[in-house]
Amino acid sequence: MSTFVDNDQRPLGHGRMLRKEDRRFVRGRGTYVDDISLPGMLHLAVLRSPVAHARIVGVDTLAAEAHPKVKAVVTGAMLAERGLAWMPTLSGDVQAVLATDKVRFQGQEVAFVVAEDRYAARDALELIDVEYDVLEPVVDVRRALDDDAPLIRDDLEGKRDNHCFDWETGDPAATAAVFDRAEVVVRQELVFPRVHPAPMETCGAVADYDRVEERLTLWATTQAPHAHRTLLSMFAGLPEHRIRVVSPDIGGGFGNKVPIYPGYVHAIVGSMLTGRPVKWTEDRTENLVASGFARDYVMQGEIAATRDGRILGLRSHVLADHGAFNGTAAPRKFPGGFFGVFTGSYDLEAAYCSMTAVHTNKAPGGVAYACSFRIAEAVYLVERMVDLLAAELGRDPVSLRMQNFIRPEQFPYTSRTGWVYDSGDYPRAMAEALRIAGYDELRAEQAERRSRGELMGIGVSFFTEAVGAGPRKDMDMLGLGMADGCELRVHPTGSAVIRLAVQTQGQGHETTFAQLVAEELGIRPDDVDVVHGDTDNTPYGLGTYGSRSTPVSGAAAVLAARRVRDKARLIAAGMLEVAPEDLEWTKDDSGGRFDVRGVPDTGVTIQQIAMRAHGAGDLPAGVEGGLDAQISYNPDNLTYPFGAYICVVDVDPGTAVVKVRRFIAVDDCGTRINEMIVEGQIHGGLADGIGMALMEFIGFDEHGNCLGGSLMDYLIPTALEVPDWECGTTVTPSPHHPIGAKGVGESATVGSPPAVVNAVVDALALYGVRHADMPLTPSRVWEAMQGRAAPPF
Amino acid sequence: MEISLTVNGEPVTRDVEARLLLVHLLRDELGLTGTHWGCDTSNCGTCVVLYDDEPVKSCTVLAAMASGHDVRTVESLEWEGELDPVQQGFMECHGLQCGFCTSGMLMTARALLDRDPDPSEATIREAISGQICRCTGYASIVRSVQWAAAHPEGKRS
Repeated sequence: MSTFVDNDQRPLGHGRMLRKEDRRFVRGRGTYVDDISLPGMLHLAVLRSPVAHARIVGVDTLAAEAHPKVKAVVTGAMLAERGLAWMPTLSGDVQAVLATDKVRFQGQEVAFVVAEDRYAARDALELIDVEYDVLEPVVDVRRALDDDAPLIRDDLEGKRDNHCFDWETGDPAATAAVFDRAEVVVRQELVFPRVHPAPMETCGAVADYDRVEERLTLWATTQAPHAHRTLLSMFAGLPEHRIRVVSPDIGGGFGNKVPIYPGYVHAIVGSMLTGRPVKWTEDRTENLVASGFARDYVMQGEIAATRDGRILGLRSHVLADHGAFNGTAAPRKFPGGFFGVFTGSYDLEAAYCSMTAVHTNKAPGGVAYACSFRIAEAVYLVERMVDLLAAELGRDPVSLRMQNFIRPEQFPYTSRTGWVYDSGDYPRAMAEALRIAGYDELRAEQAERRSRGELMGIGVSFFTEAVGAGPRKDMDMLGLGMADGCELRVHPTGSAVIRLAVQTQGQGHETTFAQLVAEELGIRPDDVDVVHGDTDNTPYGLGTYGSRSTPVSGAAAVLAARRVRDKARLIAAGMLEVAPEDLEWTKDDSGGRFDVRGVPDTGVTIQQIAMRAHGAGDLPAGVEGGLDAQISYNPDNLTYPFGAYICVVDVDPGTAVVKVRRFIAVDDCGTRINEMIVEGQIHGGLADGIGMALMEFIGFDEHGNCLGGSLMDYLIPTALEVPDWECGTTVTPSPHHPIGAKGVGESATVGSPPAVVNAVVDALALYGVRHADMPLTPSRVWEAMQGRAAPPF
Repeated sequence: MEISLTVNGEPVTRDVEARLLLVHLLRDELGLTGTHWGCDTSNCGTCVVLYDDEPVKSCTVLAAMASGHDVRTVESLEWEGELDPVQQGFMECHGLQCGFCTSGMLMTARALLDRDPDPSEATIREAISGQICRCTGYASIVRSVQWAAAHPEGKRS
């Protein structure tokens, strides 16, 4: 009989079971895509456009083909002959696999080389001669729809402008009415600049096409292996059952690894052409310049309130920069992602948002970087506007929020834009953050420091997330519903394997999902193997992003385990010769068992039941052998995690450098499965938020040259730029998730940027600053202090 | 050109291109894939190895420069089945998530503790400030190094 030896083996909730996957990572024995090496493997390098907008006059590959180590050189024209020059994006647009007619952003793929080693492939790129007829680029999103703006998408039949889509939500008439009668209206333009997820592992793939079996194996840095398999099949014409996509260990995703990139297709084509495995690994510049960016919204915010602080309405127009191709990953009915939750945590009377998305000569992508489908932008909008209102009214930002929160008794709460918030207790989370921060003492300290001319700022934000996409009736990607499959098998000796549709990129699924199954079956987490990231060995589902693993696949795992337990009850009833309803499930430190009700310790353990399920002896009538379950979980609703964040900054009045002194984060993600992992997710997101607020920025010059193309230019926080985190917890379970969990992966990334910006603006109040756009670099803060705040272009 | 160096205590002789980077010698020639590569500009630190006991970024060292020197990678930390205290510390304190920056962080932590067995939090943050972690927000890495400092004999202490 196995027993729980110590805290390390607690299945759920309490303590901090250490991660099972760490055993290989601390030994350097993870297997990332670039670690894969196959016999005869070739290497692929991509030639990219040096300019943002140009017509391709000619591509001369003769010298590259003559390189002794080169096996293939491929251009857009060659792909076009095979019908492979363009591929669908996740938003139903198309994107060039290799440019044929024009290049539309700096870094766009123009040709690729397959050679015997990495260095030779790179050498051969230098031998390709491309003649460009350079065109005027569209760089400024505000000018993309001007009558004289150059046309970017002349590949689309009948396209006359750079318009991408329009979208709206809410009630414009009702919102106009509350604005008309409001005593106070505050308006502010807010720019959430283009940033990049920049996972430490760049994107890459190893493609191995077997010409005899006509079978493709693709190891790729993908957060959604099943969706990639389906899309590759639809696009490349390969039968789906002859494609295996493997997502091995992934060195961080943050949304960057959701899209299908041209490089994956290059590797496949390269393997088909050469008959050998082909590896493509992008370098850091390629990752920053050409792969999926995030944000890039220019938001006009308007908030209406009464003089005594009752928020009546919120209105916004968003100008969204989607780059050259619309590569946004969002459910089809939600082209603006979940921006519709922009009313945030407040019970107001009316809201309306309109959005215009445009094309520019910039890289495609969007909705990456841990944003829960644009909720990062939405939370930033509402939390800045509430702070601006507080400043206008002379109110404390906490008391204004407390006055307007959706009240606990109002849940489930239907927002003015139609989202049904499942559960919440906002005042409790806010109060906990105030307690940890010592808020009143901080304000007293601030007043004292201000009297000495020191610039101390205290920033508050309160976020509500909407995660766990999603219900099939509302949500799909390119027609693929967003339900998750899950398969659980219990072996004869009582250990188990669970096969998941989601794929970890560091979130600790091998531990968390083992804990979920262990809790339900009364076995040890170490006795549960977690299989994921391999389409041949896992049931179908749409992958890990948008904080959806716990709310969707986590629910699937629990329900599969409960289905197994239901069958175990029937088998146990046969073993004990009683009716199933006379059995009682109990679980203690020695494991799970069915006992005859009222007669403890007379029953059978889950291990004994498993052996009977697979073994000799009769099973009850109608019960098949084995102890397995497979389900596909379709969530009833999204889940709505929330939290209260407080940031304390000091701004140096001489250098305008912002130092984050403290950061308090109270998160409510419902039931927590592994406290340690949940807190780790929050820590990482808080660092992301400080990065976006203070330093991360993908900028462009007037020619469309990307100014954030290396980690010398695209600044990411190090250990010196972030404080130790002060985390707190409240638990408000989700009523529709089987264990009440809500998901947490993106909460902190979503909630923290406005806390930092609110803190910096608060610090600069002495200078009369009411707003400054991110990133709040020393130069931008300095400009704001001189009264010259400007949007970041 | 022919180079000879010591990698994880073993002598290695190879005929390499003069431009071959140390990180590619380790990963592609010697199969030591525990050392990762994350940028070309010495900013990210996923490629940190010990070079004559000093942490260096192996993407910025030519294999030829390493000839005659002693190189140690993450694969050398476990000794006779016992994890190094820094490895145990990272497991105990959730000092890693995706694991990609971990090898470099472990090597820097080892070098730090070799010269300063009881570093302050500020010293630890300074020591790892040339390396980027996108997952942990660093606090748990700091605690992991502190755990290792408090347990110089690993889990037995």
